[in-house]
Amino acid sequence: MWKFFHKLASPPHFYRLAAVFVPWLAVPAVALIGYGVYAGLFLAPMDYQQGDAFRIIYVHVPSAYLSIMAYMIMAVSGGIGLIWRMKLAHAVAAAAAPLGAAFTFLALVTGSIWGRPMWGTWWEWGDPRLTSELILLFLYFGYMALRSAIDDTAKADKASAVLALVGVVNVVIVHFSVEWWSSLHQGQTLMKEGGPAMDPGMLYPLLAMILGFTFLFGSLLLRRVRTEVLFRERRTRWVREMILSPEGS
Amino acid sequence: MSEPAPQIPGIFSGLWATARRDLLLAWKRPGDVLNPLFFFAMVCTLFPLAIGPSAEQLEFIGPGVLWVAALLSTLLSLNSLFLGDFEDGSLDQLLVSPQPLPVLALGKTLAHWLTSGLPLVLVSPILAVTYRMPASVVPVMMLTLLLGTISLSLLGSIGAALTVGLHRGTALLSLLILPLAMPVLLLGANTVSLAAGNDIYTTGVWALGAYAIASLSLAPYATAAALRISNE
Repeated sequence: MWKFFHKLASPPHFYRLAAVFVPWLAVPAVALIGYGVYAGLFLAPMDYQQGDAFRIIYVHVPSAYLSIMAYMIMAVSGGIGLIWRMKLAHAVAAAAAPLGAAFTFLALVTGSIWGRPMWGTWWEWGDPRLTSELILLFLYFGYMALRSAIDDTAKADKASAVLALVGVVNVVIVHFSVEWWSSLHQGQTLMKEGGPAMDPGMLYPLLAMILGFTFLFGSLLLRRVRTEVLFRERRTRWVREMILSPEGS
Repeated sequence: MSEPAPQIPGIFSGLWATARRDLLLAWKRPGDVLNPLFFFAMVCTLFPLAIGPSAEQLEFIGPGVLWVAALLSTLLSLNSLFLGDFEDGSLDQLLVSPQPLPVLALGKTLAHWLTSGLPLVLVSPILAVTYRMPASVVPVMMLTLLLGTISLSLLGSIGAALTVGLHRGTALLSLLILPLAMPVLLLGANTVSLAAGNDIYTTGVWALGAYAIASLSLAPYATAAALRISNE
């Protein structure tokens, strides 16, 4: 068991292993998202209140969930890198940040487009989730800015890991304080806590989309980590040998 | 290891020595303390000029403006928290000292709060009056600012430690700290607004107090870790 982890932490081993995993994640992702898009847009019944506008949920909810997930991955792998000095974990954190920011942005844009027919406005400060998501996006920006400001990779890894860990504590506080704040200002949200019971015809495509987005994220993350590993190890012998070998790849 | 270990002063003397040194430095260069205060006053002046002198409007936006100005002026002074020590090498002395680094970092943060947060709290009533804040609300505002600036100084010390020695540190520091500071701003400004509207505001005060205590107990460790990383 431990041997597996130690091997996993070695960059050349990980580089080869990840290449095996990428298609195994990408194929289910395409299949699930394909089914989810078709079933969500054409088969799912119309919402009795929101009409067809609710269908953006099939992009919005998976992106919002991944925006948090990516931050957690970033912070946890940053913590692993700090505590056990595992270089690979830092590479994972570095690769996860732009992906997480992209999903956060997607969640914000789809939320705003959804808000237009529902609330009659592109942006509703009264909705706590939209505001928390915006702060999360700023946290991602700060993280990436700190990373790019430090030239030394090892130093950038550790400093940004500290920031990500501080940010995790803060994400929880942001969530509760924004909720308190919006309850003061009468947020006019149509969506209820927990959400109304969903028709299975609506629910299954959503679950498929959530799962599909997770697989998509996993395969994108692995691809990015591979690139990151290759870049960080560019001066080592295994990279040089691999590039010079006739098979390439 | 045959020699007996030298007698090391207790952690409180370490804390006090660091704080005292920074306070003394601030006393010798009063500009560093006064500039953020002037900045605070000027930002508060900008809003009436931009929005217009309507009394109702000013009364309405007052708590928010004062809080945003306090946050910005704290940010302004944070950049120099570790910078001077980094440049003249005394930061290295702190790092190699046998005292626990979190305590020394706390000492520096304490001095920062005493020279930036506390003066802000004391000056704020003057500005609040220009925003027509009722006299009954002023103590609430001072209390929220008192608790809030403690949290801001502590949060800011993490950011200052992470960015010490980096070029273009100031803009980066704001980018790092502002998202972290948003809950403090939100709690502080809205608590004052609630008090101004004769509403129940105790929830906000308790939450700010909890935030201050939590950051007091956690932030020094993050600051110490960040200082070690920045000075490798």
